[in-house]
Amino acid sequence: MSLLHVSHLVKQYTRGKGLFRRGTTVTAVDDVSFSIDESETFGLVGESGSGKTTTGRCILRLVEPTSGAVSFNGENVLALNARDLRARRRDMQIVFQDPYSSLNPRMKARHIVEEPLIIHRLGDARARRERVAELFARVGLDPAHLERYPHQFSGGQRQRIGLARALALNPRFLVLDEPVSALDVSVQAQVVNLLMDLQRDLKLTYLFVAHDLRLVEHICDRVAVMHLGKIVEMGRTAALFERPQHPYTRALLSAIPVADPDAPRARVVFDPASADRSNALREVEQGHWAAI
Amino acid sequence: MSHLLEVSGLTTVFDLPNGPATAVDGVSFAIREGETLGLVGESGSGKSVTALSLLRLVQPPGRIAAGRITFKGRDLMSLQETEMQRVRGADIALIFQEPMTALNPVFTVGQQIGEALRVHGRTTRAGARHEAIRLLTAVRIPDAPLRVDDYPHQLSGGMRQRVMIAIAIACKPALVIADEPTTALDVTIQAEILDLLREMKQSLHLSLLLVTHDLGVIAETADRVAVMYAGRIVEQGPVREIFRNPQHPYTRGLLASMPGGARGTRLRAIEGSVPLLGALPAGCAFHPRCPDRFAPCSTRVPGDYAATPEHSARCFLLDPLLEGRGALPPVPSS
Ligand SMILES: Nc1ncnc2c1ncn2[C@@H]1O[C@H](COP(=O)(O)OP(=O)(O)OP(=O)(O)O)[C@@H](O)[C@H]1O
Ligand SMILES: Nc1ncnc2c1ncn2[C@@H]1O[C@H](COP(=O)(O)OP(=O)(O)OP(=O)(O)O)[C@@H](O)[C@H]1O
Ligand code: SF4
Ligand SMILES: [Mg+2]
Ligand SMILES: [Mg+2]
Repeated sequence: MSLLHVSHLVKQYTRGKGLFRRGTTVTAVDDVSFSIDESETFGLVGESGSGKTTTGRCILRLVEPTSGAVSFNGENVLALNARDLRARRRDMQIVFQDPYSSLNPRMKARHIVEEPLIIHRLGDARARRERVAELFARVGLDPAHLERYPHQFSGGQRQRIGLARALALNPRFLVLDEPVSALDVSVQAQVVNLLMDLQRDLKLTYLFVAHDLRLVEHICDRVAVMHLGKIVEMGRTAALFERPQHPYTRALLSAIPVADPDAPRARVVFDPASADRSNALREVEQGHWAAI
Repeated sequence: MSHLLEVSGLTTVFDLPNGPATAVDGVSFAIREGETLGLVGESGSGKSVTALSLLRLVQPPGRIAAGRITFKGRDLMSLQETEMQRVRGADIALIFQEPMTALNPVFTVGQQIGEALRVHGRTTRAGARHEAIRLLTAVRIPDAPLRVDDYPHQLSGGMRQRVMIAIAIACKPALVIADEPTTALDVTIQAEILDLLREMKQSLHLSLLLVTHDLGVIAETADRVAVMYAGRIVEQGPVREIFRNPQHPYTRGLLASMPGGARGTRLRAIEGSVPLLGALPAGCAFHPRCPDRFAPCSTRVPGDYAATPEHSARCFLLDPLLEGRGALPPVPSS
């Protein structure tokens, strides 16, 4: 059963619009459809500006989509009024890329994690205190550091605080937008392990946006490749990595630097003329779709 | 092959209000003619400060506190600033991570390439434009005769990095230092830029110091590798040796922590976090995170021990005189 269903999602931005100017329209997300199953990790990859972040934000209605439909657990998210949307947000949370700027520098770690509970009026002070301590332990932070401010934590620890906050309301679904890209290389694996543990223990469903294709290959069940706002290929991770069909996917996969000096290298260069942007996705093998 | 550049004992210190902080600590390495040395390390490990120090471009409160830098047999530390200016660009060129900040937004790319050439007396005003077009073509910018009049903001990130490379090779330097030249770029563009750098290196007989935090980029590009941690080079050797037979526990940990193996399996993470400058642990700076640490590690700084004549690591595990290592103390969690 799919938990999240996105269909024909479109988000357009108008730039440079003035009183007497029409401005230009950028279609950041261009007719995107996919679904994510319960407890699944769904990866979204593609070059900078291809619309990954915008897609994630539209799903949570952090930006309003121009058109399309998003249903979560059978409910039409785009039709919710402000109050119902706030209640729904308990189930759907986001973790941002940058652990440096996404936490309020003037709030203690305890307060950052507690805040969603206060906003949603959950529990009394004592229950919240216990919940925060539990979340701190859950993400591997030292409870002795509850009274510290964000700048007193390392990057990896800050990302753990962001995760604890996102988990405070017991969500079912998390948008992880480049959750480890800003971290030190030697710390990324710790946070990746934590994400995998949390998913298993709490039965979380992830939309995982990432640049690092090696990481996506490692943790995602299914992957969609975006190019200029469209999904050009989507399928089970192994199938997509082993049998890429779209010329852009082929180029992207061939460009991953391999940490092995003896690995054979066969660079595929993407020629935009080789792909017709108007092609619809078609099923090339079971569960594997490509716009070719 | 002879050494083009030799660095020994390079130490760069920042005089901060709460005392001096050693960002680069006794770094020694050499680059041969036609060779690519990959300098790899995490954020804050001292890669950029090393690169800037080689060109004596470290600004106060930073200063080079010790060390020798020999380029083509000349001692760069003893040069006058005016002589050093001639070395920059003409002998050793620098490519930065973010081309937008390195390029001047109010001049066209043609003017900026021309300027680089004229500073070193390589061309006349009339010849500059012609040469700029030739260089833009060489770095494979399409429609170079038109693009030469573009301003930096009119170019994509990948094209701006190509322009930076064109400027870098304009005066036919012997050594190009590229500090994270592809970090800000998409992986497909990164692949093209790395291909271009490799090609330029071949056709122009350049040596390259490639600074990156990406072991994949290192494996694809470098002939030899130096691994930095907390301001020190902790291991260096031929690229195959580093990847096949890493000696330092940090290098081993980094390689082991990369995504790989069966999908969904836990990664082999390194414990703890990178120490901050000014709060470096005593002894081996890696010891609080090291799974192999033993008695001497927390109090003494390991020397550089040779594993083979070409491959060395700063780790007591390689010290032939230290035997009977005691029980490993437990590794604290992060
Ligand atoms: N608030 C906005 N106003 C105007 N254009 C926007 C806005 N937000 C995003 N865009 C544009 O929408 C497109 C998609 O952007 P988005 O941030 O979703 O890409 P992305 O795939 O997440 O890229 P990255 O990998 O760089 O994070 C880009 O062309 C971007 O410039
Ligand atoms: N101008 C400065 N003043 C004070 N400290 C500095 C200055 N420049 C660099 N440092 C410090 O020197 C150390 C090494 O910095 P450096 O920029 O060389 O790291 P790096 O390895 O290039 O990291 P990155 O991968 O993030 O570029 C860091 O701890 C940094 O904070
Ligand atoms: S010197 Fe000791 S602590 Fe440092 S890397 Fe070697 S074994 Fe580990
Ligand atoms: Mg994004
Ligand atoms: Mg740097």
